[in-house]
Amino acid sequence: MTGSSALIGMKEITKVYQMGETSLPALDGVSLSIDEGEYVAIVGTSGSGKSTLMNIIGLLDRPTDGVYQIRGQRADDLTGRQLAELRNSEIGFVFQKFNLLARASAWRQVELPLFYAGVARSASRQRALEALAQVGLADRADHKPEELSGGQQQRVAIARALVNRPSLLLADEPTGALDTRTGEEVMALFEKLHQEGLTLVVITHDREVADRARRVITMRDGAIITDSRSAAAAAAEGRHNGLGEAGLARLPRLVAIEKGEEAIHEAG
Amino acid sequence: MKLVRYFPVAVDSIAANKMRASLTMLGIIIGVAAVLSILGIGRGASANILGEVASQGTTRLTVNPSAESEGERAGSPVQTLTMGDVKMLSDPAFHPDLLAVVPQYGGSIQLAAGSNNTQVRVTGTTAAYADVLRLEMAEGRFLTEDEVTQMSNVIVIGTTVATDLFERTQVVGESVRINGEPFTVVGVLEESGNAGFGSNDESGFITIGAAHGRVFNVPRYRGEYVVTSIAADAVSEERVEAAELQIEQTLRLRHGLDADDDNDFTISTQASLLDTIGAVTDTLTLLLSSIAAISLLVGGIGIMNIMLVSVTERTREIGLRKALGAHTGDVLLQFLIESLVLTLLGGLIGIAISYGLALLVQKIPNFPIDILIGADSVIMAVGVSAGCGLIFGLYPAMRATRLDPIEALRYE
Repeated sequence: MTGSSALIGMKEITKVYQMGETSLPALDGVSLSIDEGEYVAIVGTSGSGKSTLMNIIGLLDRPTDGVYQIRGQRADDLTGRQLAELRNSEIGFVFQKFNLLARASAWRQVELPLFYAGVARSASRQRALEALAQVGLADRADHKPEELSGGQQQRVAIARALVNRPSLLLADEPTGALDTRTGEEVMALFEKLHQEGLTLVVITHDREVADRARRVITMRDGAIITDSRSAAAAAAEGRHNGLGEAGLARLPRLVAIEKGEEAIHEAG
Repeated sequence: MKLVRYFPVAVDSIAANKMRASLTMLGIIIGVAAVLSILGIGRGASANILGEVASQGTTRLTVNPSAESEGERAGSPVQTLTMGDVKMLSDPAFHPDLLAVVPQYGGSIQLAAGSNNTQVRVTGTTAAYADVLRLEMAEGRFLTEDEVTQMSNVIVIGTTVATDLFERTQVVGESVRINGEPFTVVGVLEESGNAGFGSNDESGFITIGAAHGRVFNVPRYRGEYVVTSIAADAVSEERVEAAELQIEQTLRLRHGLDADDDNDFTISTQASLLDTIGAVTDTLTLLLSSIAAISLLVGGIGIMNIMLVSVTERTREIGLRKALGAHTGDVLLQFLIESLVLTLLGGLIGIAISYGLALLVQKIPNFPIDILIGADSVIMAVGVSAGCGLIFGLYPAMRATRLDPIEALRYE
């Protein structure tokens, strides 16, 4: 299902890390398609390949083999500079440990992607303040990270991810460093952004976080073993879409596991 | 422009580690201050000497005998420059560009007055000497024409000589003894106020006749007393070269030199003296500045070291910036500009320090040399410190660009 309408299209993506003599396969023929406006969780244990998948989706890494398209643009023939520009314009990153600059005020953190986009300072400050307002931190614009709570810091990071109006928000364990209550704040914010039409991809091993998404992709040993959308579609239409042969073989069992809950979300 | 916007980033980062930044800058500060001060001292010394030389007139020519090239007297001056030469050179018909020609016969000899005595350089000369050498009198007058023709026993002394012998400088009319013979003091020279070049404070001047006939045991050449040198004054600065040619022609003729013989004398002008002094101070300044420049090199290596540390410390930041859309050029510029700001700041402080030093030296009374720091040296200092930042910052900055964003984001 790597049609031109899809925001993210992946076809037979493999990634092999070369560690001296031995080669470690991290992704083994992953095909995947994400449409605009989707709210996707990618789950899996550590070593399942979900981080590698995220890095490839986020244009931080190149696949060893296979085709990756973002907005219909093939990423494999882009230069480093073009990749950087795409990261800047299409993708907003949210990290587990926030990754804020230690001594910059909130609005300056948020402004950073606009700096690299070449937006004039006067305009970029305004847009940074708007993004902060969007995450409910309009009154914290001049605070430094040390003056903000963990949840607030992550919201600053989300504002930073949003400020250049990306096609995709890519979050890596966004609640991993937060307690339950602040984690809940962040997830509520994601829900709100999803309602506003933003495409979200959340990488997590936390089942509760994954359950908030409309679509859950489970990975193991470098391959997608379940995809709730494909499962639902397969269940509904009796045929497979965008799922590897291995996935297809496991399909009946997986549908049972997913309890059909996401399928209802997907339909709705 | 985007480039300008890296500067606040750099300043922020430097401000985050003020102590470290200042220690790092110290190398550049010391280097720039040392180079500038040494250049300034060189320039000050040279201006000082040139001023001294110029005050003695730029129209002066001096004829010295060449050195003996062989025989047992090898190295000492040939004894062919005589009073006959002086008389001939004084003929204005053949030397229209010479105003005055004076002989000098000098040697070190003991002067005594009462129970005091002092060893000084005594020069026998003529009345015009004071004009040619631009001598100023503090007391009395210089030798007169009459005294010179009559070979009178009169003497003009420098202030140091006067104080050594009489413990005062108002000594006109007093008597000093040379070889037991009394000489009347007719004048005391103005203190030159300069212990170094061209000072006459420790000199005495007597008539050339007395020097030749009574004070020194002067040899003759072709029946004429020899002189140690001849000083002459050209009519104007523009005619110095013409005057030099006229002197040369006369002396070659009188000394019977053939067309292929070398001169047995050398003529030096103030201009050639200035050239020599300039060359010497330039060489010295260059030498000292090169030594000082080594500290700039050491400072630059310090910058490189600290920038490498900074890149390592900020690995995560670099990863983040790359994830947010910074490309290689952005990261390179960020770190290059950071080291540029470090060294420029160091350079500016170094400039300020050397200026401070120059002002301080000016305030010290009677300090012989001013430190002259020209705009060109300042521009050079700024350029060199900026260059240091760019050169020594390049490698760390390139290290930063090579970081893999995934690894960098994972870095603890």
